[in-house]
Amino acid sequence: MLFFLVAFPLVVAGATMLVPSARVRAWMVPATALIHAAATAWVVIDVPAPMFESWLQLGPLGRVILGLLSAHYLVCSLYVPTYLAARAERPNRVFCACMIALLGTMSLVPISHHLGLMWVGIETSTLATAPLIYFNKTPRSLEAVWKYLLIGSVGVAFALFGSFFLASAAVHNGVDTSLLFEDLVRDAPRLSKPWLHSAFVVLLVGYGTKIGLAPMHTWKPDVYGEAPSVVGALLSGGMTTCAFCALLRFLQISNAAGEGEGDVARDLLLVFGLLSMAVAAAFMILQRDYKRMLAYSSVEHMGIIAIGLGLGGVGTYGALLHLINNSFGKAVMFLAAGNIHRACGSRLVTDTIGAIRRVPASGALFLLGLFAVTGSPPFGMFLSELAILRAAFDGSYVVAALVLVLLATAFVGMSSVVIKVVHGGPAGEVAREREPFLSIAPPLAALAVLLALGIYLPDWLHGSLELATGFLEKGAL
Amino acid sequence: MSHLFDPLLVSVLLLNLFVLGASRLRSVIGASALQGVALGLLTVAAHDHITFTVTLVALIAIGLKGVLIPKLLYKAMRDVAIVRDVEPLIGLIPSLAIGAVGTGASVIFARTLPVADSYHASLALVLPSSFATVLTGCLVLVTRRKAITQVVGYLILENGIFIMGLGLIEATTFLVEIGVLLDLFVAIFVMGIIINHVRREFETTDAAELSSLKE
Repeated sequence: MLFFLVAFPLVVAGATMLVPSARVRAWMVPATALIHAAATAWVVIDVPAPMFESWLQLGPLGRVILGLLSAHYLVCSLYVPTYLAARAERPNRVFCACMIALLGTMSLVPISHHLGLMWVGIETSTLATAPLIYFNKTPRSLEAVWKYLLIGSVGVAFALFGSFFLASAAVHNGVDTSLLFEDLVRDAPRLSKPWLHSAFVVLLVGYGTKIGLAPMHTWKPDVYGEAPSVVGALLSGGMTTCAFCALLRFLQISNAAGEGEGDVARDLLLVFGLLSMAVAAAFMILQRDYKRMLAYSSVEHMGIIAIGLGLGGVGTYGALLHLINNSFGKAVMFLAAGNIHRACGSRLVTDTIGAIRRVPASGALFLLGLFAVTGSPPFGMFLSELAILRAAFDGSYVVAALVLVLLATAFVGMSSVVIKVVHGGPAGEVAREREPFLSIAPPLAALAVLLALGIYLPDWLHGSLELATGFLEKGAL
Repeated sequence: MSHLFDPLLVSVLLLNLFVLGASRLRSVIGASALQGVALGLLTVAAHDHITFTVTLVALIAIGLKGVLIPKLLYKAMRDVAIVRDVEPLIGLIPSLAIGAVGTGASVIFARTLPVADSYHASLALVLPSSFATVLTGCLVLVTRRKAITQVVGYLILENGIFIMGLGLIEATTFLVEIGVLLDLFVAIFVMGIIINHVRREFETTDAAELSSLKE
């Protein structure tokens, strides 16, 4: 069953290449997502036995991440047919195939418990997204995809380099290892410490590039700005989650290495997290392009999650919850921004005249999404940010104060842009644009999830998150 | 352990310096191809017993890094009709000097990391060579302007990582090794396609021209 989650989308992606009708191809994306989500629900509820000598298995962390990836992909995939229908003049064969293949390669990351196999999942996901980014084939999107490929490939190469460092930590201390995460965590106290610490630094640079932590975030604004909105939603909600999942595995190994051994890793995460929040807040203020602003918002949230992980304890719990909130928050913002972009024909704040009058539903979603992603109650992000802040106050008041100030700055920067986009422009009659149901329903669904998470956190989700937190911090502190 | 092992690693290091000092694209690509062949031979030389899997990894490495990828790059070079990389961000002589200093620093850094006894005697040069090659790759990536040269930089970076993997091949299993090689190939292939699109859109493959996106 676990194998099916990876193989099924890849097979469908191959089949998509052979389908002659563009409309059928577009509908194959949500169809695949639906079947994948059903299969995911099954394995998350009734965890299957490990496969292929334990290379594929579903652990406590994998359950949370896999469930999140599949649900988030399903929401985004529903947007695809409407988006492609609006771009009927473009051939969509490669786009649909890569989109579906991405689901398979992303699913590989949380369920692979082998160091090398997980890396393959991240690398293939990176390659599968490249054709998605330059779907519009404009010179600017080519420039973006070139940056994405080059910076992303170097990042992924460093991730591999770091994986070899980790393998060396075992080999050079005479530990016979299979490079399965279970074995690495079990043998962690016997790993060579200098190698282990260097490994985490290299891995943080590598996977941090994919996550988009400052100062390795430079590709993000260009790529999120130029890529189709639905691709931006998948990158900022799905790809980053995968890369964090990878980094969490190594954090777990560092934590398990012994008393205080995880401190190096956690301090690094804290520093990179604060830096990301600061850079994002600085660039969000006075941002003229609302899609680029969303990219900096993504950098900010990646920073918040890194800070949560760096603090540990309740911070780790908050970070995992924030991963979920971030994915759905980004889906609301990117999909609503896509609708506004299409209706107004510009990504510049100054050219977007009163989105709420032109596309009322999308404008309202964009505005509500602003409150959701800036952590206002009653949305889910309020709770996850509160958990991380609580961990910060337990740890050091300096970190807590910095986080609060940066959160406030980002809120000011982001709301000034969003409010101008939604309400700005001269008064007078503006022609209303038609808004197809399937361009509104997916962001609305994502917003509903955020609202639900903010009002009531179901016991099963709370339990899974607690389990994953305990799993990650085994042997820590 | 073959007596050819250390000489092969030294040739990899010399090729690094050659790439840093060369401006003609043809020589840069050729040097990276030679490095690919050297890596394949190293895979064989690193093992006392030549098994089927070792031979397979070596052949795939030579085939991809030594033949197929350089061919792709040569084709891209002819298509875009450029001969040399003009005005690198840092001049050729300074970048050569940085490369040489970096190689020395790699030796020092490698000495700070503990190494298993069995490993130390036979594979003493592996870690410094790996770090120096990764460094060279980064240097080429950052300082050169042409898209094709940047791809070569990425290739050299990957070569450095491959060298580190040589000492670990028992631990990493050949399946992963081959997966890594194939991924690299696909990555370069996709980059080739993009370079082609860039050429058609911009009439140039000077990555410095790709600068309309910034704050």
